[in-house]
Amino acid sequence: MSNVLVYAEHAHGKLPKATAVAVTAAKEAAAKMGGGDVILGLFGSDISSVSADAGKLGAAKVATIENGALEHHTADMATAALKAIADATDCDRVVLASTSKGKDIAPRLAGALGASIATDVTAINDDGTLVRPMYAGNAFATVEMHGDKKVFTVRTTAFEAAPEDGSATVEAIGADVAAPANAIQFVSVEETKSDRPVLTEAERVVAGGRGLKSGENFTKILEPLVDALGAAMGASRAAVDAGYVPNDLQVGQTGKVVAPTLYIAVGISGAIQHLAGMKDSKVIASINKDPEAPIFQISDFGLVADLFEAVPEMTEKVKGL
Amino acid sequence: MKILVPVKRVPDAETTIKVNPEGNGIVEAGVKWVVNPFCEIAIEEALRIKESGAEAEVVLVTIGTTDSQEQLRTGLAMGADRAILVTADNSDPWVVARILAKIIEQESPDVVVMGKQAIDDDSNVVGQLLAELVGWPQATFISELTLEDGNAAATCVREIDGGLETVKIPLPAIVTADLRLNEPRYASLPGIMKARKKPLDEIDAGSLGVDLTPMLTVKNLVPPAERQGGRLVESVDELISVLQSEAKVL
Repeated sequence: MSNVLVYAEHAHGKLPKATAVAVTAAKEAAAKMGGGDVILGLFGSDISSVSADAGKLGAAKVATIENGALEHHTADMATAALKAIADATDCDRVVLASTSKGKDIAPRLAGALGASIATDVTAINDDGTLVRPMYAGNAFATVEMHGDKKVFTVRTTAFEAAPEDGSATVEAIGADVAAPANAIQFVSVEETKSDRPVLTEAERVVAGGRGLKSGENFTKILEPLVDALGAAMGASRAAVDAGYVPNDLQVGQTGKVVAPTLYIAVGISGAIQHLAGMKDSKVIASINKDPEAPIFQISDFGLVADLFEAVPEMTEKVKGL
Repeated sequence: MKILVPVKRVPDAETTIKVNPEGNGIVEAGVKWVVNPFCEIAIEEALRIKESGAEAEVVLVTIGTTDSQEQLRTGLAMGADRAILVTADNSDPWVVARILAKIIEQESPDVVVMGKQAIDDDSNVVGQLLAELVGWPQATFISELTLEDGNAAATCVREIDGGLETVKIPLPAIVTADLRLNEPRYASLPGIMKARKKPLDEIDAGSLGVDLTPMLTVKNLVPPAERQGGRLVESVDELISVLQSEAKVL
């Protein structure tokens, strides 16, 4: 019986929640899509400590390749590494989280394995079919994957993170993964510095839209509320388009998908593509001066008000709680 | 140099999409069809490379029905040089990637610039899959593209979770456009007139000798669960109060 491989994404010696989420989806894939064990595939340079952490996530085994050429998980090298691990551990299904790395690698890996591919999966049915959103979440498709091998990415808000109660063995795979002549060359990374929670993992998200009118107002008006709530900050595509905030804050169909306990939308009208990224939030509150804004239709609580007055007032009152 | 830009015909982003009663597609009545927004960004980027002085030909390609001629004409009106329509009745990402691999073999482009995802099936698959099929490097979700080394390589800034990553890729290569790469131009009236005379070749997918069997079958579509909302509160005090006492999230 073949096994299920999980891409162990990691950064700065840590495993993000997304990797634990992918393990949960892989366990479901083992139960409903042909059996086998869950294997974590972990690679990079200097990975001994993160390999030990990976062992706690409930996989049967952590299969590793330690190689300096794999440090940055560039798509071509990550594909070669995951293919080598899949071959060595007899895996015919591969699960990756729908993060920017997972999205970059998964289709390329499917190509290398000759596997079918489905992205942003939100559920695995008992008959082995998968559910995924289309049309900005206005339709959910049940899809059947063909072929002997299957690769899919999972929406990180759709599955729980696997508990850290396991103790899998860590086993190095002897694989030759030399870079090809036309390899992707990593140059640099510029990380947004923030002490706030990670947007896709936060319990609370406060997001701003074009109603804020400037990047400066994001800092002056929105950020104090974000921090008073201990929240992550998000933004609509309109605000990103207008250049108020960087794209990695974008919540929506083509940005990040979030499902916090509390989502507060400030000055966001509620375009379809924005709703696609946040409408699974447990509680949605919105503040907008336009009573006709579509965001109110999907909000549990809406406040029709001028955000430049309401948000500072709310910030002060939240601080007083 | 030659720049190949795959494009896709999709429903306009402003259209509210509804699943049809049969659950096997969407209600198409009243849908306005457009060039996928990320493909428009890709076309724009190809045109900017051409206009920056690189001796370049911009070739559009789409896989679809003859209806897609409309979107190819839009791209030609923006300034692309010629277009190829591969007629096929499915848009399975594997089938599309196999067809594009064949077109690459025939056209030998130096770079393929395409959208990161189509806003109909939201797959975000074809660029990466195609890169593997042809054995080329990829740079996905790019917000900046700079040709270097006498057009032998490209330095790309990629939008990643929590920041930006810069990679350098030797050409030929495949890049996929993210939102901030550029702001696409509108087609001008003279552009639209000129586009009518530009070459638009039609090729039957069946004649390409590629496997047209889908790897993914959509069994059915259902609408998302309705969210009950719409309740308004009167003041900040009331908002905080309901978030505390009713929703219990503060």
